[in-house]
Amino acid sequence: MKLDPAIRDQVLATVPSLRAFAISLCGNIDRADDLVQETLLRALAHIDSFEPGTNMPAWLFTILRNLFRSEYRKRRREVEDADGRYAETLKSHPEQTGRVEFDEFRTALAKLPSDQREALILVGASGFSYDDAAAICGCAVGTIKSRVNRARTRLADLLAIDSVDDFGPDRATRAVLAGGGRG
Amino acid sequence: MDESKEGRVGLKLHGRMGKSEAMKSHKTNVEAVEPTADASENPESMAKRPHRPEIRLGREAQARIGELLRNMYNSYVNQGVPSHLADLVRRLGDEG
Repeated sequence: MKLDPAIRDQVLATVPSLRAFAISLCGNIDRADDLVQETLLRALAHIDSFEPGTNMPAWLFTILRNLFRSEYRKRRREVEDADGRYAETLKSHPEQTGRVEFDEFRTALAKLPSDQREALILVGASGFSYDDAAAICGCAVGTIKSRVNRARTRLADLLAIDSVDDFGPDRATRAVLAGGGRG
Repeated sequence: MDESKEGRVGLKLHGRMGKSEAMKSHKTNVEAVEPTADASENPESMAKRPHRPEIRLGREAQARIGELLRNMYNSYVNQGVPSHLADLVRRLGDEG
């Protein structure tokens, strides 16, 4: 049976974001494209299991995420990429942020455990709600929230991101506060 | 991955001086919060996990990380759909 054009268009519309998710997980464009291809093959082979009117992106992301976990992790070549090869395999450079900052962020993201990385990407970049992200990852909402929180904390640590606003406008003020202004 | 290993808090967030008693009373960039209990989690697994407060980043740090993440992600999205993937969807969609 020929694929409903509306369904086909929904699938096509999701591919850029699906691919972005795959690249963020895999850290390698070629592997990501393979993963997306495999996802599309599986999705279209089982398109009858998709209920029209429900969340197509979430359905596709679930398939991709499960494929990543079951197949790519078995290769034991996770993108905990301490030596920076992750950054070297990616060709895209954004226009809005500096190249160094972009590469540093990708390197730091690669150092996260995969479950934290996927949770952060789903909620913070792909635009899914915590509920949808939990459904995609097959875990409780509280677990997703915890993973996102840990991911952010770890990234802030790796990137030395902090805010001085809460302490005052300058280091001298912070020093006074830290020195123990008791009484 | 053992998530309990990820509970370390980056002391860099408070500078080298660490966190004095006076600072604890001020709003901090990193605020310790009690973990949110999730009723659907396995009680047995919850009992086994050491109870420790989760650290939550301040708004500014969260916003900065979110900005970096979205910039990276959107750079990938903006690459569009590779032709071989678009052709695959169309071809599979046309097969009877």
